[in-house]
Amino acid sequence: MKKLLISFILPILFITFIFSSSSRADVPESKDTLKIVIMGYSGDNIIMQIYGELISKLGYNIEYTPADYIGQFAGMKSGDLHIGSPGWDTTAKDVMADAWGSGNVLNMGNIGISVFEDWWYPLYVKDKCPGLPNWEALLDPACAESLGTIETSPKGRFLEGPIEWGGTGNLRIEALGLPFEVINAGSDAALGADISAAVKRQEPILAWTWQPYWLPAMYPGEFVEWPEYGDGCYDDASWGPNPNKTHDCGNPTGFMWKSAWTGGESIWPKAYDVWRKFTLDEKTMGDLVYKSDIDGVDTMDVAKGWIAENENIWSEWLK
Amino acid sequence: MNLIRKYSQNTFFFILLFFILSFLIPKFSIFNNLLELPNNYKLPIAENITFIIKWLIEDASFGIFSFKEFTRAIGSILDAPSIFLKGLLATGFKLETTSGGNILIQPFSWISVIFIFVMIGVWLKDVSLSIFVAISFFYVAFFDLWESTMTTFSSIIVAVIIGIIFGTLLGILSFKFNRINNILTPTFDFMQTMPVFAYLVPALMLFGYGPAAALIVTLIYAMPPMARVTKNALDQVDSEVIELGQMVGCSTFQMLKKVLLPSIKPRIMLGVNQVIMLTLNMVIIASMIGAGGLGYDVWQSLKQLRIGQGFEAGIAITLVAIVLDRLSQKIASRRPVYHHMELNFFQKYKFLIVSFFVIIFTWLIGQKYSFLIILPQDLTFSSGRFWDGIIDYININYHDSISSVRDFFFIYLLKPFKLFMLSAPWFLFVLLVFILGFKIKGIYLGIQCSILVLFIALTGFWEKAMITVYLIGICVLLANIIGIPIGIIASQNDRVHKITKVIIDTFQTLPAFVYLIPVIMIFSVGDFSAMIAVVLYAIVPAIRYTDNGIRQVPESFIDAATTVGCTKFQILKKVQLPLSLPDIMLGVNQTLMMGLSMLVITALVGTRDLGQETLIALSKVDPGRGITAGICVAFIAITVDRLINAWSHNRKLELGLN
Repeated sequence: MKKLLISFILPILFITFIFSSSSRADVPESKDTLKIVIMGYSGDNIIMQIYGELISKLGYNIEYTPADYIGQFAGMKSGDLHIGSPGWDTTAKDVMADAWGSGNVLNMGNIGISVFEDWWYPLYVKDKCPGLPNWEALLDPACAESLGTIETSPKGRFLEGPIEWGGTGNLRIEALGLPFEVINAGSDAALGADISAAVKRQEPILAWTWQPYWLPAMYPGEFVEWPEYGDGCYDDASWGPNPNKTHDCGNPTGFMWKSAWTGGESIWPKAYDVWRKFTLDEKTMGDLVYKSDIDGVDTMDVAKGWIAENENIWSEWLK
Repeated sequence: MNLIRKYSQNTFFFILLFFILSFLIPKFSIFNNLLELPNNYKLPIAENITFIIKWLIEDASFGIFSFKEFTRAIGSILDAPSIFLKGLLATGFKLETTSGGNILIQPFSWISVIFIFVMIGVWLKDVSLSIFVAISFFYVAFFDLWESTMTTFSSIIVAVIIGIIFGTLLGILSFKFNRINNILTPTFDFMQTMPVFAYLVPALMLFGYGPAAALIVTLIYAMPPMARVTKNALDQVDSEVIELGQMVGCSTFQMLKKVLLPSIKPRIMLGVNQVIMLTLNMVIIASMIGAGGLGYDVWQSLKQLRIGQGFEAGIAITLVAIVLDRLSQKIASRRPVYHHMELNFFQKYKFLIVSFFVIIFTWLIGQKYSFLIILPQDLTFSSGRFWDGIIDYININYHDSISSVRDFFFIYLLKPFKLFMLSAPWFLFVLLVFILGFKIKGIYLGIQCSILVLFIALTGFWEKAMITVYLIGICVLLANIIGIPIGIIASQNDRVHKITKVIIDTFQTLPAFVYLIPVIMIFSVGDFSAMIAVVLYAIVPAIRYTDNGIRQVPESFIDAATTVGCTKFQILKKVQLPLSLPDIMLGVNQTLMMGLSMLVITALVGTRDLGQETLIALSKVDPGRGITAGICVAFIAITVDRLINAWSHNRKLELGLN
């Protein structure tokens, strides 16, 4: 009898205990603080704050940790940061590949917003360079000269983002024979300052910009239209209008990717599940960014506003 | 005297020869293969450093625990006090109840924090300081910066205290042991001149993303001046004071505590001032790696071009710096008060007791009434639009006339100098540095300096190093040309002295980005904008040291000059300037250090120098590359520093000083 008790009832008790405890292991699984990166860009802040507010509804302890775009990946690798701000194909490809490859950072899929970065100009530049947005308008020396500065004259100036973003302006200029010179703005803040000051005094400018971002939303302008990017343009010289050079095309579009620290999967499984399901479409994103940047609404209020209006969308993620 | 003249002519002859040769050699194609260092001579320095760092982070171990666990443990010890303070002052504490919910215990009331600081002023018997402190804190509260300021405050106060303690200890060690001094001096040069981005990733890996890494990075930059000042001050203690200590039979420890440290206290306070200023200088970088606070506010506002908001937060940083500095200086210079009669407990500690009750009282009530904890948002305001408007106005109306100044500088100064530096052959530089070192001090200095320059060539960063030398060289030159005369004027006139002190304190603590972004809006991206920012920052020591140096010329010398009938100008020219030359040269040296430390900022506006190299390395996750570029910066600094030092030492001997 005693033997039976031990060999039969105890395992049953044990199994029921496990099952009951697992079903009782309600969300949140852990009270440990989940650290969510914010970087200070309105668009990314809104995404992270929508996510953060949603999972705090589930009862998780969260903390928004300010971090640097590139630096956050080192933080996620070591487990100091848990949910990363979106990384863009166009600017952080190497860093993301390195982080995901290390095994310590998970690729949580893309947000569903395609990002686009290329050469941008305010509309009044068309007066100096008739033919825009077609790129061939830039071949005209008079157009280039009007876009030049003392550093680049008689060539035109193309203001590119920080060099560490890995822009390919130089290669494109060479491949398409454009009379332009690349000047790098060392940071997004500097780039934005230069463009916006030029627009305010109606001075011609040609610069690197991206979408979604407050700048092209705020000032009327267009992106230059290049021969469309196709596979091979960047590594096969024979591709495209110039048979001898690579990079004779526009920039490939990319996505915003979600990342998270691998170790967190077992600590906050539900929160990770929500992050995997999290998506936004481009139209929504554009509206939200506009609200924050142009109307000047605080990003947290924008995020809360979206949550209040879209329960049908996020309730799916929380299931 | 003749000999000296001939000697200096000789040195200048070599510099001239260098310039001529540098112009001529690139013109002849036969020398073409001499101009660039062949690729196979370049050393794989960056690769090796990356390898070592990966090993440190991933594999290094003490047996029981790994190197990373060790540094992490240190990190969490360093974290604890600032996290606790932050809870008390800014964020409050979250407590978990037994039922699984959370309750938030609010932080101290803003009113009580202001009250305490004002009380400190009253206790120090300095009413004007109290008023200044009160205005500063009310500014912060009404501009809606309270929580950020308290966050910044709690992290920097820890950094400053640790910096002062360790700085003093290291200073004492290098005073006591020559060998330690020989190791520490170049180490400090490295710490002060290496761009932060160079060691950011290893620091993040080893100490974790958050306040600890920010603290370490801050300490690396802000602590060396404390150690240097302590060591210098100890060196200058009168031998009679030490003899007295020995006569009364002090032990080594007693000698230090009762004789040496008290006698250098006024000098050491300069070190404390520098630690505070430099710590606040780092808040923006610290905010990028998770320290948050005011630095984050500045950086975020500027990213979205809300210049006014950035400016407000920047001013808050400056105010915190000045409040901390003035309070610490005042506390240090406080004399003990002797009372005629015994005081009872309450009389003795009346300030402490009152403060304690105010804190507890407002804190308890504040748990219920939130307006006591933080000023309600409706009452705060922002002057942001106003500043944005001013910048826009200048940009739209005066851009043309202002940009013609830029064009002038660019055509006649920046461009020719840059082209020259880029075309000058590397081996001529090595040779020039050798000859200068040899002429100034001797063969040993010559070899030492030329090896450092040769190293830069071998790393493969020669071109970027030359752009660095060009940009920082021009900035240091301008900073001194403008700064030294201002320092001289300030030394002659007390009112000018007071005004310049406020201005240079502001420039040293106001984050460079706050004025850099408006500068970019007006002058657009490029070397000229970077130059303005560097000059504004590097001019501070040029003014400060010149002013201080002249003011410290002994009164007796000036009296003597007056009795022989010198005019004020003659006194300045023949007595004050020559006697203060060593101090002025120290200022020149410091403008160089400050200029090089701005490479982090210039990189962010797009100059193609070594600072940029560290940024690229950061994004490519290549710590070796960043550190190698950082070493190049440090080597440039050390080379110039050693040459200037040796030269000013010679001058001191000539003048019969020391």
